[in-house]
Amino acid sequence: MTPHQTRNILICSGKGGVGKTTLTANLGIALARQGVRTAVLDADFGLRNLDLLLGLENRIVFTAQEVLAGSCRLEQALVKHKQEPNLALLPAGNPRMLEWLKPEDMQAIVAMLAPSFDVVLIDCPAGIEDGFKNAVSAAQEAIVITTPEVSAVRDADRVIGLLNTHGIKPIQLVLNRVRPKMMANQEMLSVNDVTDILALPLLGLVVEDEQVIVSTNRGEPLTLTGSRSPAALAYSNVARRLQGEDVPLPDPAKMGRGLRAKLSRLIKTKIF
Amino acid sequence: MTLRDTINRLLGLQRASATTARERLQLVLAHDRSDLNPELLEQMRREILEVVSRYVEIDFDEVDVSLETEDRVTALVANLPIRRAKAVAQPGVKANPSLGEKAADLAKADAPASPEPGAASRPEPETATATTPEPGQPAAEALQPGPTAETASRESSQNLS
Repeated sequence: MTPHQTRNILICSGKGGVGKTTLTANLGIALARQGVRTAVLDADFGLRNLDLLLGLENRIVFTAQEVLAGSCRLEQALVKHKQEPNLALLPAGNPRMLEWLKPEDMQAIVAMLAPSFDVVLIDCPAGIEDGFKNAVSAAQEAIVITTPEVSAVRDADRVIGLLNTHGIKPIQLVLNRVRPKMMANQEMLSVNDVTDILALPLLGLVVEDEQVIVSTNRGEPLTLTGSRSPAALAYSNVARRLQGEDVPLPDPAKMGRGLRAKLSRLIKTKIF
Repeated sequence: MTLRDTINRLLGLQRASATTARERLQLVLAHDRSDLNPELLEQMRREILEVVSRYVEIDFDEVDVSLETEDRVTALVANLPIRRAKAVAQPGVKANPSLGEKAADLAKADAPASPEPGAASRPEPETATATTPEPGQPAAEALQPGPTAETASRESSQNLS
């Protein structure tokens, strides 16, 4: 019998609001749909939101806090997604946990998850303080998500430096909120600019897409609803590349130029 | 992009903001990664100039010493335009032995036996630059710390934080 190896993947950015939690939710669903047993772990104990994006906020009974305290079993705290039973959420506990939580606690949690899951996605808090250090201690590999903006790229660079010192490998990059038109006009850092500066392999390119906001309003990640929006496709492709599939990356210069893109824009044009 | 921006761009009055963003980022990241403060960099610049000017006459107005970053490796790049070699460049006369040797290499490589034919007779100053990786310019390498030294400083700075 070969021992199965669970991949503990940290999703981090340094800067807040660039799309860590959205990526975690969508990637979790996309992986689960591919038959990968996936756990998403909300490591943002201060400002938890992963439950909300997954639409699971009303089903939380126990959290990581009770699991660590030994007052409930792991299975009781895990919230299984109804439509995607391959996906389970381990909710973050009370913000007061931050006072005593140690890297060893995070390691204990992922060790408990390991027998039942193939992939554990750890949704990292913003910043590079204790919350980050706790989360990073439980991971072996990482996805850094950033946007083509100077502040986000600078913070991502800082985080990459820290991930390197923690021996995290591989570290891959997802570039979020790409606006192809601005890039074409050279009013936004290009994909090459960002990958050159951060020197990371690109795992995914996600264009700015209003459907992301619509989906978070509903608590249904885009990858769950089978949406054909550009962001939904981008997230599914990230999941496929993460599983080792060779999916070519789109060229931002050609995005939104095809006949189909034009038709889809036309059909979405507001008429009232 | 507004029509005004487009016109300005076409007339060459305004640069693309992406270029500005990239350059600003590269500069700030070079400093973030190396953790060298500006005073230390300024002191180092002065000392490098002091040593080099013992051997060659430098055009001080055009001197540029800065940190540049590529592929997560930060390099110290010194661009020191040379007016002419000083006749008395003897490796024997030096205050600081280790720095003196590097400067001697620099003088040897660039001033007396120039790699470009006819360069000595040209009126404009030659340039010892690290950005052009031509063979026969070891002066540039002498001024660049190796990637290993940089990584070490980077790691130590992160451990401190």
